[in-house]
Amino acid sequence: MLIWSRSARWPIWALFAAVFLVIVAAPLAVLVAAALATEWNDVLPGGFTVAHLGSALTGENQASLLVSLQTAAVAGLAAVAVGTWAALALAAAPRWLRKGADGLLHLPVAIPSVVVGLGLLVAYSRPPLLLNGTRWIVLIAHLVLVLSFSYATVSSALTRIDDSYAQVAASLGARPALVLWRVRLPMLLPAMSAAAALAVALSMGEVGATIMVYPPDWRTLPVTVFTLTDRGRTFDAAAATLILLGATLVALLILGRVSRGRTTTGVSP
Amino acid sequence: MTTAALAVERPARATRVSPLLWALPPLVVLAGFLIYPLVLVGVQSVTNEDGVRTLETWRSVLAAGEFHRAIGNTVLIAGAATAGCIVLGTFFAVVLALVPFPGSGAAARAIDTVLAFPSFLIALSFTFLYGAAGVLQLGDFLYSRWCVILAEITFYTPFVMRPALAALTHLPAERLAVAASLGARPGQVLRRVVLPEIAPAVAAGGALTLLLTLNEFGIVLFIGAKDVITLPMLVHSKGVVTFDYPSACVVAVVEVALSVLLYLLYRRIFRRKGARGADLVP
Repeated sequence: MLIWSRSARWPIWALFAAVFLVIVAAPLAVLVAAALATEWNDVLPGGFTVAHLGSALTGENQASLLVSLQTAAVAGLAAVAVGTWAALALAAAPRWLRKGADGLLHLPVAIPSVVVGLGLLVAYSRPPLLLNGTRWIVLIAHLVLVLSFSYATVSSALTRIDDSYAQVAASLGARPALVLWRVRLPMLLPAMSAAAALAVALSMGEVGATIMVYPPDWRTLPVTVFTLTDRGRTFDAAAATLILLGATLVALLILGRVSRGRTTTGVSP
Repeated sequence: MTTAALAVERPARATRVSPLLWALPPLVVLAGFLIYPLVLVGVQSVTNEDGVRTLETWRSVLAAGEFHRAIGNTVLIAGAATAGCIVLGTFFAVVLALVPFPGSGAAARAIDTVLAFPSFLIALSFTFLYGAAGVLQLGDFLYSRWCVILAEITFYTPFVMRPALAALTHLPAERLAVAASLGARPGQVLRRVVLPEIAPAVAAGGALTLLLTLNEFGIVLFIGAKDVITLPMLVHSKGVVTFDYPSACVVAVVEVALSVLLYLLYRRIFRRKGARGADLVP
């Protein structure tokens, strides 16, 4: 408790409420209102319509939504696999390698996503590997960008996990593969599902690298939202963004349910 | 006897031989998809369109006024947004932790949720909030740097608030009570007890915010102000709007140098102090 008198707390709460409303609540409320508005030329939006939401779920926009979901699923899965592998392998690696590789694995956070996209464009528009113009370059960009986060999530969980379970299993004669499959991975499962959730959320909203590399037949929803705003169709853009948020939320809920179902049957730390 | 000996020996040998080999596959992925492209960006920046090695592109890009404006904008926006995030994030954290009200938990979660959103969402809603036709009708504010800064503050405040809030939960309530009972006024307690305690966490969050705002692209792209060109915007426009790869690569190299320098500094300072609150993961 910092302020002991009740009357002195009110001004602080009022200030908090005002800032919170302007900074956090207003943008979200406005987005929802815009997605459902026919027009907005005044302080409040005009008539109510679901037409924008409807158009966000049909035609090109629907295709983009499906592209985004598939990209997030593939990139998220790959990132969790590679990130977990890296975390486990580096935990057993010599110190110099662990420190160096840890820095490298965090590098995509420090590098602008646009540059990651540009790099892939420059590197894979030429032999030996021509990926520019295919959907693979989008998937790779997303993998690189979310890998840091899934690696960081799993490796920080690994430092908190008691290694004695794995040691006991090994001392009882379990081979490394069995220890990994029956002890280490089940104990890491909560972290892996958290990593997957983070990866999916980030991938669904990624725009910087995607806009550099996407081919016409693999346009993610955020890029479509940008083309909509660019053409002045801001209401459709707001509706598509709302759909994007909804789809992300549903994906995360499903992911949460799947991993919860799994952890109850597995070994819980 | 021999089987028992083998069973004990096998895991030991397996863990001794393989660490380097096991670490290889993820590093190959990273090398192929991140390091190799970055190296080629560097090479491309000194190669002109006919494949000749030259520093001509560097010279012309570095001399251009748009590049100077982009650097100025990038640094100004990132600096101002970070300062705003530090002030606002600290304020939010202090109120939520030390002057709690019914529903403060929900408010903290709401601020945290912003982290899961794409940053362009903020920019998009700003077009309705501050656009010429919209809630506040502020005219040209939407297309100014200040609007970009405000949008970035909105989006990045949780990056400071979260570590600050975590640091505040470690602050014993007795210490505040003792300070107050010795006659310190709330302002003094805040300045002499609370802020020094959370300063490392706030600094770590602020450093991360600075790094992320230097690289921010979605917000600037969606607000789409013609005069507010930042380095990532320049990379985008040179790379895929005018298809001038060498120039885009020059700007990219400058950007990466700036970001990596800051990132190494950040790792050096905060890893040592163990300010885990500002880590990438909650």
